Amino acid sequence: MIIYGVALLALSFLLGQWMGEALGALLGIDANVGGVGFAMIILMLLKDWFLREGWMKKDMDAGIDFWGKMYIPVVIAMAASLNVKGAVSSGLLAVLAGFIPVAICFAVFPHMLRRFKTD
Amino acid sequence: MELFEGLIAKNGLVFAFLIVGVLTLGSEFFSKKFLKSKIPGSAVAIFLALLLGYWGGVWGNGEKGLADVKFFSGLGFFGGAMFRDFTIVATAYGASFLLVKKSGWLGFISLVLGISLFFVLGVIIAFAWGYRDVVSLCTIGAGACTYIIGPVTGAAIGASSEVIALSIGTGLFKTITVTILTPLVAKRIGLDNPQAAMAFGGLMGTSSGVAAGLAATDPELVPYGAVTATFYTGLGCLVCPSVFYGILELML
Repeated sequence: MIIYGVALLALSFLLGQWMGEALGALLGIDANVGGVGFAMIILMLLKDWFLREGWMKKDMDAGIDFWGKMYIPVVIAMAASLNVKGAVSSGLLAVLAGFIPVAICFAVFPHMLRRFKTD
Repeated sequence: MELFEGLIAKNGLVFAFLIVGVLTLGSEFFSKKFLKSKIPGSAVAIFLALLLGYWGGVWGNGEKGLADVKFFSGLGFFGGAMFRDFTIVATAYGASFLLVKKSGWLGFISLVLGISLFFVLGVIIAFAWGYRDVVSLCTIGAGACTYIIGPVTGAAIGASSEVIALSIGTGLFKTITVTILTPLVAKRIGLDNPQAAMAFGGLMGTSSGVAAGLAATDPELVPYGAVTATFYTGLGCLVCPSVFYGILELML
């Protein structure tokens, strides 16, 4: 049943978001701290467990796979609903402070990777 | 026409599926035909969507790009936080937990490095621009991290609404830059394996930008970049208005 896969994904999502909210509250900040990351790790662990027990049926895969593949379309919709005009009209400083650090990070990135590989 | 308008208004999300499908089809075609697939179709589609977002902002005069135009409001829901996070979590299904665990340390270091680097650079640029008060500098520096850390920090330390708006603009511009540049430079900077994607996610941080950029580069890398990037905003909201603000105050 496809819905079992979707439900497993929903369970991981909600658990992770809840952990993120709880961690945020614990740290005293009004933000979700890594809720999506926790949810991803929970889903990976649940998948391993389900595979080991032989509970993962083909249909369940399809229920999760579908949503994973919908990610790019969602990003396209998100890009179209970003406040691009606001970003552009907040002036040159926003453009510079948004662009320059990114460019520097792109330049730093290969060196950082190399350093880690030699360690 | 009225009948059609009513139909769209009632089925906004379904209409959004259709729009994104058509946009993707057109972009794939454009990428194959005119760019020899050098820039992936999804990157073209995301770029086009950003242009549409700008146009929608001018037309609809709101803060949600094209989604503020009544006809296209379904896009805002389809591209909203719930679907974004739900689908991003689903991509983890194809990721290997072992790989994530193995690169966890690298991910953590790149997170700390990323937040500090963006904050410091943001502050330097704002300083060079003429800002001298700690609150504004700190808020703009936080905005250089992400468009969520900026306003959260600004609100916490009492920045003016203009500075908060500026920090949001800065963060948004960062997201857009990362989205567009990632697929263009990925190969040259060695961003072609899960470990590199985890480091990249931590360093760049803007989870929408990182994931969108990686999606246009190689969809298999999305979960690895996302799993670190998603901790960036939370961590930034924690350190910017506290530790970083304190350090800035001591320095100026």
